[in-house]
Amino acid sequence: MPAVTMTVNGVSRSADVEGRTLLVDFLREQLALTGTHVGCDTSQCGACVVHMNGQSVKSCTCLAVDADGADVTTIEGLANGADLHPMQEAFREHHGLQCGFCTPGMVMSAIDLVNRNPSPSEGEVRHWLDGNFCRCTGYHNIVKAVMAGADAMGGGS
Amino acid sequence: MSDNGSNGTGFIGASLKRKEDARFLTGRGRYTDDINLPGQLYAHLLRSTVAHANLGSVDTSAAEAAPGVHAVFTGPDMEGVGGVPTGWLIHSKDGSPMVEPAHPAMAIGKVRHVGEIVAIVVAETRDQAREAAALIDVDYQDLPAVASLEAARADGAPLVWDEADGNLCYDWEVGDRAAAEAAIDGAAHTVSIDVVNQRLVPNAIEPRAAIGNFDPTTGEYTLYTTSQNPHLIRLLLGAFVLGLPEHKLRIVAPDVGGGFGSKIPHYAEEAILTWTAGQLARPVKWTSDRSEAFVSDTQGRDHISTATLGLDEDGKFVGLKVSTQANLGAYLSTFATCVPTYLYGILFAGPYTTPAIYCEVEGVFTNTVPVDALRGAGRPEATYLLERLVDKAAAATGIDRVDIRRRNFIREFPYQTPVALQYDQGDYDATLDLALEASDWDGFEARRNEAAGRGKLRGIGISTFIEACGIAPSAVVGSLGARAGLYEVGSVRVHPTGSVSVFTGTHSHGQGHETTFAQIVAETLGVDFEAVDVVHGDTNAIPFGMGTYGSRSLAVGGTAIYNAVQKVIAKGKKIAAHLLEASEEDIEFADGNFTVAGTDRSKSIGEVALTAYVPHNYPEGLEPGLEETAFYDPLNFTFPAGTHVAEVEVDPETGEVELVAVTGADDVGRIINPMIVNGQLHGGLAHGIGQALLEHCEYDDEGQLVTGSYMNYTMPRAGDLPNFNINHNTTHCTHNPLGVKGVGEVGSIGVPPAVINAVVDALSPLGVTHIEMPATSQRVWQAIQAAQAQD
Amino acid sequence: MDDFQYHAPSSVDGVLSALRGADDGKVLAGGMSLVPVLKLGMAAPSDLVSLRNVPGLSDIEDHGHCLKIGACCTHAQVAASSVVQERIPALAAMAGRIGDPQVRNCGTIGGSVAHNDPAADYPAACVGLGATIITDRRKISSDDFFGSMFETPLEEDELVTAVCFPIVDRAAYAKFENPASKYAVAGVMVAEGDDGVRVAVTGAGAGVFRVAEMEAALADDFSADAVSGIGVSSDGLLSDNVAGAEYRAHLVTVMAKRAVEACG
Repeated sequence: MPAVTMTVNGVSRSADVEGRTLLVDFLREQLALTGTHVGCDTSQCGACVVHMNGQSVKSCTCLAVDADGADVTTIEGLANGADLHPMQEAFREHHGLQCGFCTPGMVMSAIDLVNRNPSPSEGEVRHWLDGNFCRCTGYHNIVKAVMAGADAMGGGS
Repeated sequence: MSDNGSNGTGFIGASLKRKEDARFLTGRGRYTDDINLPGQLYAHLLRSTVAHANLGSVDTSAAEAAPGVHAVFTGPDMEGVGGVPTGWLIHSKDGSPMVEPAHPAMAIGKVRHVGEIVAIVVAETRDQAREAAALIDVDYQDLPAVASLEAARADGAPLVWDEADGNLCYDWEVGDRAAAEAAIDGAAHTVSIDVVNQRLVPNAIEPRAAIGNFDPTTGEYTLYTTSQNPHLIRLLLGAFVLGLPEHKLRIVAPDVGGGFGSKIPHYAEEAILTWTAGQLARPVKWTSDRSEAFVSDTQGRDHISTATLGLDEDGKFVGLKVSTQANLGAYLSTFATCVPTYLYGILFAGPYTTPAIYCEVEGVFTNTVPVDALRGAGRPEATYLLERLVDKAAAATGIDRVDIRRRNFIREFPYQTPVALQYDQGDYDATLDLALEASDWDGFEARRNEAAGRGKLRGIGISTFIEACGIAPSAVVGSLGARAGLYEVGSVRVHPTGSVSVFTGTHSHGQGHETTFAQIVAETLGVDFEAVDVVHGDTNAIPFGMGTYGSRSLAVGGTAIYNAVQKVIAKGKKIAAHLLEASEEDIEFADGNFTVAGTDRSKSIGEVALTAYVPHNYPEGLEPGLEETAFYDPLNFTFPAGTHVAEVEVDPETGEVELVAVTGADDVGRIINPMIVNGQLHGGLAHGIGQALLEHCEYDDEGQLVTGSYMNYTMPRAGDLPNFNINHNTTHCTHNPLGVKGVGEVGSIGVPPAVINAVVDALSPLGVTHIEMPATSQRVWQAIQAAQAQD
Repeated sequence: MDDFQYHAPSSVDGVLSALRGADDGKVLAGGMSLVPVLKLGMAAPSDLVSLRNVPGLSDIEDHGHCLKIGACCTHAQVAASSVVQERIPALAAMAGRIGDPQVRNCGTIGGSVAHNDPAADYPAACVGLGATIITDRRKISSDDFFGSMFETPLEEDELVTAVCFPIVDRAAYAKFENPASKYAVAGVMVAEGDDGVRVAVTGAGAGVFRVAEMEAALADDFSADAVSGIGVSSDGLLSDNVAGAEYRAHLVTVMAKRAVEACG
C-alpha cells in the first residue's frame, strides 16, 4: 500500500493507504476528522470541500495518494482555540446553517472565494456557490453570511 | 405573567444565536456516519436492479467465501420476522379497508421496485462488503412493470400486488359529493383544471445511515439511525418487526443532516441492521451513498388530478370537486397512506368560504420507490391545485386575481369547513394586504414594460393559502385510521443549582430546537438562557415522544415543555410556601422568583431547586426533586396562513425562467425566535421553488429511475434563487398556551402556485394558459411553440 | 471503486513507460472526470499514472501567434490568467464557467480534451478557436482530434502535453447549461481569425461539431442576424430529460446568435 504524508491542519500526518482511498475517506476514517462530510457520489454537493494548498477542492474526488505532500485544511483547522474564524462567526451571526451537514463545505468554499475576491457581490457569491448544495436554508442567510464574512476577513484570510 | 405566557425576561421573541452552531461550525457535529463502534463491521445492501421480477435463485456462496465477509443474509433468512408496518389505515368509500400487502424487510419471492433490498453482506470493510455483494448471482425473472399512475390504472395493467385489483390500494373520499356536484351544476360559472403534481426526491444532504448493535450480556439492542423520530422507530421496530420489548431496544438519532419527511418512515434498513447485529453479536454499520438514496429514500408528491370549481355571478365559490390519483409506490411506507388523504383532501377549503367541497383519491401501487411525506406532505399538492384553479377562475370570469381571492376569504372564526377541519383563527386580508404592499403589486406593470424593453416576458403570481399543522389530536387521527397517538412529551429537570435539562420527544435536524425550546424554558422559568440545555434523539434519555414532522415540534412538543414548566412552578410554589411560611395560594411566580403576594419576601428558583434536592426543611409529604414531565395532546390542528407573491422573467428565445422576486407575508402564530423562523421560511420557499421550476423525479416505462443522481435531478442552487422578502402578520393560535402555529412547511406549501401563476402570467400574452411543474426551459419553450402554432 | 496501482513519475517519459507497463493504464490529471467514472464503477483501470510530479505541464506561454497552454493548467488558472484574458478573452471566460469553482480548481485542460466528453466546454473552445493538440509525439488539429463521444486519436500510451490556441480577431462562447450537471446542453464557440470564421458546438451532439452554414453566413456578414435564421437539423442530436433533440437544435441557433453578439 502506498504511504502518504501530508500536512493536515498544520500537523504532518503519515499513513498507508490504498491507491483508491479518497481524500475524504482518509480524513474521516484514518484521521477521524469527521467534520468533512460526504453528501453525493457525483462531485456536486460540496459537503466534502476542504482546502488543498490553499484552494478549495472536493475531497470526494481527490485520491489521498495524489495529495501526498499537500497542505490540507479542513473545517476542524479553522478556529483558533475558542475563537472562530471570521467566516465561521459570520455563519453563526447570520444563521447561515440549519442542520449543519453542508456547513463545513460551505464555509471552506466561502473562504476560498474571499481569498480570491475580497469583496464579492451578492451575485458573485451565489455563482461561486454552484458547487455547494444546501437543502435547509434556501441560501438566503448563507449568502448574507458569506458577504459579512468577507467584510470581517478584511480581504482574505 | 402576560397573556402570551411570557414572564417578560425577553427570551421569547428574541433572535438569539443558536446553541447548536458551535459544534456544526467547527466540524464537531456527530452524525450517524461519524460514529464508529469497537468491533464494528460494515454492511452493503444488494438492491434490485429491475423494477418487477420473480426472484429465482439468489446464490450467495461466492460472496460468503469472499475475503473479509462475515455473513450474507437474504429475505428468507429473515422469515418469521415481522414486516415493515404502515402507520395509517385508510378506508375506501364503500367502507372496506385499504389493501395492505406484506412488506418484508428484504425481498421474498418478488422484487417490486428498483432499489428494493435483496441481500445484506457484512464484512470487515466497506469495500469488502461491496465487492462481495457484486458476487451474488440473482436470477431476476422479469415481469412487466407499471412505473406511472397512467400505466398502473390502465385496463389490463400488470399488477404490483395480486390482491390489489387495478393496482388500487384504496378509493377514498371526503366531503359531500352530492352537495358539491349540485352546487357546480347550478353555478353561474364553472372552471376546470387538470394538474400533475410531479414526483420529487427529498434529498436531505446527509444520506441515511444506520449502525445496529447488540449486547449479548444484557440482551439490549441499540440502533443509531438518521431519524426524525427515534421513539416512533422504537415503537415500529420493536413492536411490529423484531418483537423486542422497549427496555431492550434503544434508538439513538444523533445529529441528523436534514429530513424533510424522508427520515420519518421506519425503513427496512433499520430492521435489517438491528437484526443482523443480533445475529452476529457485533456492531454493523451501513451508510447510503447518494445513488443508493435515490432508489431507497422515500419520495414525495406524484399526483394526477382533475378538479372543477363552481362560482356564482359575483365570483363567490359555490362548489368544488376534486378527483386525484396518488402514487404510493410499491410498498406502503409509514405515512404513505395518510399523506394523499387526511393531509390533502381536508385542505380544499383553503382560506375560502366554499360551502360544498368533495374530494376523492385513488391510492395506487406502482413499481416505483415508496412515496411518503415530503416537506408539506399533501398540503402542497392541495394548495397548488386550488391556487391554480382560482387563477383560472379569475381569468374565466374576468375578475381580478386578487379581488376574486378577497371576495371568498373566510373572516369569521372559528370556521368549520365542509372537509372536516375547524379553523380557530386567522386574518387572511391582513397577510394579503401586506404581501401586495411588500411586493409592490401595484407597480408591476411598469416592471413588466421595463422587462419587455429588454426582450423579457415578466409575470407576477400570487397564492393565498392556509395549512393544517401541529399534528395532531390523537382521538381525531385515531378515528381517521392512525395507528398511533400524535401527542408529544416534554420533561424539565431543574438541577440542584438551578440549571435545567429539557428532554423532548421531538427531534431537531436543522430546526434549532436546542435554542428555541431553551428560550421558552428560560423565559417561563425565569432562568438564564445559558443555564438551559435541550436533550433529544435518544430513547434511553427521553421518556417518550412522537418526533418531528408536520410542523408539530413547537406547537405540540413546545407546549408539552411549557406544560412541564408549569408543573415545576406548581411544585416550586409548595416548596417556596413552606420556606416562606406562607400559604401556597399566596405565592406568585415571576421572573424566576416565588414571592409572597404583596410582600418582598421571596425565594429564587435556584433556592427552591436546592431545597428540593436537599430537603432538610421541606413540606411534609412532598416528594423531593424538581423534575416534571408533561404529555400534551393537541386540541386541534394549527392553521398557519399567508400570501406568497412571485415575480419571474422568461427568456422567450430559450424558455428560461428567472425567478426575480419572492415575497412572503405569513401568519405562523407567535414567534419565539425570529431568526430561526425566517430561516425556516427561506428553506421552505427554496424547496417549493425547486418543485415549481427545477425538480422532477422521472422513471422510464420499465421503472428505471431516469433522474438517479445530481447529474440529472436538478437541486436548487444559490444562483437559482433570489433573496426572499419575508413579512409577518401574526395571529395567535387559540388552543395552545404559547399561541404558536408552525413554520417549517409554509414555503413549500404556499409558493409553488405563486411561481407557476407568475410564469403563466408572463406567457399569457402569447396565449399560454397552463404549464406543468417544473416549468423547465424546455417546457416553457414548448408551451410557447404550441401557443404560437395555434395562432 | 476497485483498487489499482498508482504511479506518480516525475517526467513525461516516466509517465509513458508506466502506461506501457500497465495492462490497462489511465492518466490521472485533475481527476474531475476520471475519479467520478471510477467511483461509479464505469471504468476499472489496472494502473493510474498521475501527472502531479511532472514539471512544466502547467505553464501558459504567449508565442505571439498563439497561446500554448500546458496540459495540467487548471480551468481556474486559465480563467484567471492575465495573458489569456488579454489575448483570448473568450477562452478565459469559457474556462471560468466550467462546472463549479472546485471543479475548476482541479480540472485540467489536458484532462478535459483527452476525455472528450460530448458535453464538455473545452472541445468547443478548441475546435471553435482552431486549436492544435500537442502530445508527447505529435501535433493534432482539433478538427481531427475530437471524435464522437469520448473518442480521440490518442494512442493508449500517448499523453496530451499542451494545447495551442491561435490568436483570433474576435471570439465568444455562449452556453446553455444543464441546470443539474452544469454541463453544456448547447455550447457554441464562434471565432473569426486568420483561419476564417469557425462555429463549434458542444453538448448538442454526440461530439463537438462545426456548422458550415453558419460559418459561411458569418464570413459574409458577421452579425447575429446572419445566423439567427440558420437552424441545425435535430437528426442525431442528443436527447435527455433536460432537452430533447428539437430543443437542442433550437438552442444551438440561439447560442450561436448570442455568441456572435458577444463578439461585439
